[in-house]
Amino acid sequence: MLLIRCPYCEEERPELEFRNAGEAHIARSANMAGESDDDFEKFFFIRSNPKGIIYERWRHIHGCARFFNAVRDTVTDKFVMTYKAGEPKPSKLPKNSNEMASK
Amino acid sequence: MKKYSVFAIAREAMRGHKGWEEQWSSPEPKKEYDVIIVGAGGHGLATAYYLATVHGITNVAVLEKGWLGGGNTGRNTTIIRSNYLYDESAGIYDHALKLWDGLSQELNYNVMYSARGVMMLAHNVHDIQVLKRHVHANRLNGIDNEWLTPEQAQEFCPPLNISKQARYPVVGAALQRRGGTARHDAVAWGYARGASARGVHIIQNCEVIGVKRAANGAVMGVDTTRGFIGAKKVGVVAAGHSSVIMNMAGVRMPLESYPLQALVSEPVKPVVPCVVMSNTVHAYISQSDKGELVIGAGTDQYVSYSQTGGLHILQHTLDAICEMFPIFTRMKMLRSWGGIVDVTPDRSPILAKTPVSGLYVNCGWGTGGFKATPGSGHVFAHTIARDDPHPINAPFTIERFRTGRLIDEAAAAAVAH
Repeated sequence: MLLIRCPYCEEERPELEFRNAGEAHIARSANMAGESDDDFEKFFFIRSNPKGIIYERWRHIHGCARFFNAVRDTVTDKFVMTYKAGEPKPSKLPKNSNEMASK
Repeated sequence: MKKYSVFAIAREAMRGHKGWEEQWSSPEPKKEYDVIIVGAGGHGLATAYYLATVHGITNVAVLEKGWLGGGNTGRNTTIIRSNYLYDESAGIYDHALKLWDGLSQELNYNVMYSARGVMMLAHNVHDIQVLKRHVHANRLNGIDNEWLTPEQAQEFCPPLNISKQARYPVVGAALQRRGGTARHDAVAWGYARGASARGVHIIQNCEVIGVKRAANGAVMGVDTTRGFIGAKKVGVVAAGHSSVIMNMAGVRMPLESYPLQALVSEPVKPVVPCVVMSNTVHAYISQSDKGELVIGAGTDQYVSYSQTGGLHILQHTLDAICEMFPIFTRMKMLRSWGGIVDVTPDRSPILAKTPVSGLYVNCGWGTGGFKATPGSGHVFAHTIARDDPHPINAPFTIERFRTGRLIDEAAAAAVAH
């Protein structure tokens, strides 16, 4: 089971309290009806599914109930960092993930 | 290829079993092939086998980064059935089921297909409605499926708990008698032996690290850990890593990869005579010929390539097994493992040509690809050989996620398929 740090509760909690909410930073169009089929497919169905670093959304559903973002390695399942919803995609990742998690 | 038979056994017994040949050869890769298949699992090897036997294309290489059949082919729970809701799914899964029946004879290799019946339990009114709808839809498609009362269900599977005091009482079941199990390793080995005997090169420990495309966009071959290998046609059959390989060719896929776990118990005498599945309590179970209970769990909720999963997923499954079969509460579990499954948004596979000329993909089988192995290989070989899909896999395109013509088994089956 993963241990996940909720950036709102500022606490590391077991995965059972959380619900994964898929890939992060996929912007929803403000004019959905005007989207072309190609763009809708990209938004709705196509996923990067990386082997390595993934940016993903989690929801602390049995805690504060808020959505937040996380950076995780999909090979080791180790979290690099978590950050609040609305914050930009981190351009630089901390080298030592343990250091970051303990902050 | 020497034929396996009772006479072969007698002959070898007389001369100390020194005459058995290798089941498949391990040649050095050539510079160029007509077709490269990426992934030597059941689906990939079946594709190579049918390319050779049905289409006469034998200048084929099957590249495998690990060992043959060591991915999801060796990690699944070996269940075979075709009781899917939609016509397209019924078409492809029953095509496979018809090939299972007679596969041992065709391959001259005992794949131990056992049509012991797959029984899906209903626990509430919704389940009854859904499963009866499946029964009717299947029968309209010529697929056997019948409705059982709880008493009939218990008669078919004696250890099943049908007490009305159960937390989720059994209120009925749908039974596909032609469903069952097969020996998963033997399927890979049998296809590998048959393909190798016809000249197909099976190259293990050879990981694809890039897909080369010509100036006009068409596929030229693949870069591997053993150098560049050329081919004008490349079929990607890489299960959980399909999107990784497709990314090398510049194609982004509607796929996400999740860990899926299974486990087996200590071996016991025959006690579960069929396959029992329940979507509502979310568990399925059968018994191998070695006597182990083979139990399938659910996927984890997050994308991962770790080939492990959370322990709480297994606990949840065992809770459900003990609910269905209180007799197993004191069984000891021996082993558990995880595989990485590639899941499409509609939970139906993609077997199709791609936007890249000469590149074909067979992926998205999600949590239930083993049952389709022969049918999948058969129609995928047709797709590659003719550069045109077989009518059976024609609906399973990549483009359906743009056009909206989904085959929405996600809503029909949701779990455990």
